[in-house]
Amino acid sequence: MTSIVVACALLLSFAAPPAFAQELTISVAISMKDAIEEVGRRFVAEQRGATLRYNFGSSGELQKQVEAGAPVDVVVFAGARQMDELEARGLLLSGSRRAFARTVLTVIKPADSTLDLAKPADFLDPRVKRIVVGNPRTVPAGQYAEESLRALGLWERVRDKLVYAENVRQALEYVARGEADAGCVYVPDARARADRVREAFRLPEDTYRPVVYPAAVVRDTRRPALARAFVDRLAGADTRTVLQRFGFDPPPPGSR
Amino acid sequence: MSAETLSALELSVRVAVLATALNALVGVPLAWLLARRRFPGRALVDLIVTLPLVLPPTVTGYYLIVVLGRRGWLGAPLYRWTGWTVTFTWYAAVIAATVMALPLLVRTARAAIESVDRDLEKAAYTLGRPEWRTALEVTLPLAWRGILAGLVLAFARALGEFGATLMLAGNIPGRTTTIPLAVYTAVQTGETGTALVLVAGLTALSCAVLVVAARLGARAT
Repeated sequence: MTSIVVACALLLSFAAPPAFAQELTISVAISMKDAIEEVGRRFVAEQRGATLRYNFGSSGELQKQVEAGAPVDVVVFAGARQMDELEARGLLLSGSRRAFARTVLTVIKPADSTLDLAKPADFLDPRVKRIVVGNPRTVPAGQYAEESLRALGLWERVRDKLVYAENVRQALEYVARGEADAGCVYVPDARARADRVREAFRLPEDTYRPVVYPAAVVRDTRRPALARAFVDRLAGADTRTVLQRFGFDPPPPGSR
Repeated sequence: MSAETLSALELSVRVAVLATALNALVGVPLAWLLARRRFPGRALVDLIVTLPLVLPPTVTGYYLIVVLGRRGWLGAPLYRWTGWTVTFTWYAAVIAATVMALPLLVRTARAAIESVDRDLEKAAYTLGRPEWRTALEVTLPLAWRGILAGLVLAFARALGEFGATLMLAGNIPGRTTTIPLAVYTAVQTGETGTALVLVAGLTALSCAVLVVAARLGARAT
């Protein structure tokens, strides 16, 4: 079956349009879409003749694509783990990896909630019946939330109230629709739904590892110079104001 | 409607039409073979064709990228010879949709072919028709409603395909973003209005296709 499909694809390939000389394909974690597109517009304005193609998905899917040899030039992930794995497999251009942003976890509640949520211990309030977090096994935001709640000694005590979401958006949506009384998401997500959710409080930042967003050039890129220029632009100081508008902070010094 | 929505709509229909054509080309002979022939590896072929129906689509997509990707079993030699890879092209979306839709066509068409009276085929043999001409002139015409219903189902499945497409074709706006992928992007970035428009369009299109399928199915029995 697959061989027939490949044969058909081969036949069709002769009709494929020629690639642009200065085109970069950038795989972007979908939670970064708007911010990266804004940075991209500025980059294209500076680099004459450059065009950017984006590929959006979850960091995990994007990682698998690169491992299978998808023609990607730059990867922008929402978590360090997927980047660590690509690096361990030698699939990144050495020295090209840069942390470019940071975000923090925030606890949200529905906008019409009357619950008085002001500190982590309020999770124990019996009126808080359901708390949504990302699935710690697959969603980075869930891993950080678990780390924090464990450090606060609350994880085991709120366990029966926890509902797992398969991505941060789903967690956000459960709270926005009132299905959950509280949830842990990133600050930019909470801002994106400011009409339906309120920030209640932030989890203490010393209770979990910093949430850092890394970007890197893929080893097999055909345009290493342009790809490096993009990553450097993304991690550059003048991009920070752009990212801050979308709710992302500068990365902590020394992170990657 | 925005330009990106229109391009997603156009791409979705193009992908679904081509995937359905490939299904007819590959799936109908396959259905006939499975229904009428006993050959070594038949059970295995049946299993492989059916697998996409059972597996999570992302897993099917992962298998496809492992086979067809630039480092894949078939993709690597292809890349060495031609410098071209199917990953991240709209052809990849056609392949993903074809593979995901194939079990629906093969299962429906096979059942239709199996229900054709074998005596009619035997009569054709006694009149000197070879097996392939009997299949083309007797069996398939008698099973055509079932085959057509299978093709309609395949079209509907191809139109709604998400997981395998996201994996193999990527989600590149204007190039590989079909309607289901555009819905995903809109939901993930909080563009609820865009998502609603896309979902309404996809639902209407799918309903139309399924109503046609139901009518054909009812008349076939």
